[in-house]
Amino acid sequence: MKKRSLFYEFKKGLVAENPVLIMLLGLCSTLAVSNKAINSLSMALAVFFVLFFSSLIIGLIKNIIPDQVRIPSFILVIATFVTLADLFMKAKFPAISKALGPYIPLIVVNCIILGRQEAFVSKNSLAASLMDAIGMSLGYLWVIVLLGMVRELLGFGTIFGVRVLGSWFKPWLVMVLPPGSFITLGIFVGVLNWLRSKGGKA
Amino acid sequence: MKLGVKMVLVLMSIALVSGLLLSYTYEATKNDIKRNKEIEKEEAIKVVIKGTERFTEKQIDAKNYLLSAYNKDGKLIGYAMLTEGAGFQGPIKLMIGFDTTLSKITGIEVLENVETPGLGNRITEKWFKEQFRGRLTPIGYVKGKKPEDPHNIQAISGATISSRSVVKIVNDAWKLAKKEINK
Repeated sequence: MKKRSLFYEFKKGLVAENPVLIMLLGLCSTLAVSNKAINSLSMALAVFFVLFFSSLIIGLIKNIIPDQVRIPSFILVIATFVTLADLFMKAKFPAISKALGPYIPLIVVNCIILGRQEAFVSKNSLAASLMDAIGMSLGYLWVIVLLGMVRELLGFGTIFGVRVLGSWFKPWLVMVLPPGSFITLGIFVGVLNWLRSKGGKA
Repeated sequence: MKLGVKMVLVLMSIALVSGLLLSYTYEATKNDIKRNKEIEKEEAIKVVIKGTERFTEKQIDAKNYLLSAYNKDGKLIGYAMLTEGAGFQGPIKLMIGFDTTLSKITGIEVLENVETPGLGNRITEKWFKEQFRGRLTPIGYVKGKKPEDPHNIQAISGATISSRSVVKIVNDAWKLAKKEINK
């Protein structure tokens, strides 16, 4: 395998190998919590926390884990950090924790996290793994926050709770419902694919 | 080292460290989480029964609590039910305030719900909750017009099921409270 720079490992998660738009991973949480920008942002920060620390710990101990128990070990480490994040949010940010409902505990089975451990961390150096984790998290973050902003703008007329569209605006109810999520994300993926096909590369 | 032994040892050590870390965090956050719940309850009862200074709480069953509200002179000013019932998609948790004779509702507060955003979850909107203030028990609902009967509230258009669920939860809680107080 060709040796790649750390910057490349960071950058690839943003667009070229974006976990949501290109790999279509973690869609369950992406579609479900993105009805408001603030929910999206909290979810993305929780994913960042879990992905970064899971990559750190797994990157450190991967050499002592026998291949046969690789997956259960990864899941244990991930589940630990998810529970930490869940308890912390419940204690310090009860309102946000309530809004995100079961999706924080469900980060355990978010395929972005396990996918990165299996596909990247287990085969690469610790430094590269951490850059990868940061890049992938940011890639997840910008997509889900943008999705949340579009849906909140059209569905409530606000962005991050601030009223943007005046009282003349009749909210598009469908945008805050699940179909709005599918439609918006579908358009995102379509536009990116179109840009990629036109430019030859992203 | 044999592979089998190594597998067991590695997995066990990870589980052990994880367990320790989690139990420590659980202990550290336990009080904050409990306090958040208490604050939420206290704020809700102050909304549904105006003038509440302190309250006592009695568990009726797994999902129902009867709260007695007292004003600053220590006089009983009303009862509240902390209760949970089925909504359109999932449980709705309510705090419902009654006067001391349980003949009138003094207010309701929606603590938790997973109703459809923009439709069913409009039960959390002020105009809907305010309608309950002063209604006579048991309550009912009408659709599409202002209610004339003092027992009725107006259902949210497009969210009749959620509105009906709230009415049912309120009535169920009222019956339960009546039984409990007359015991």
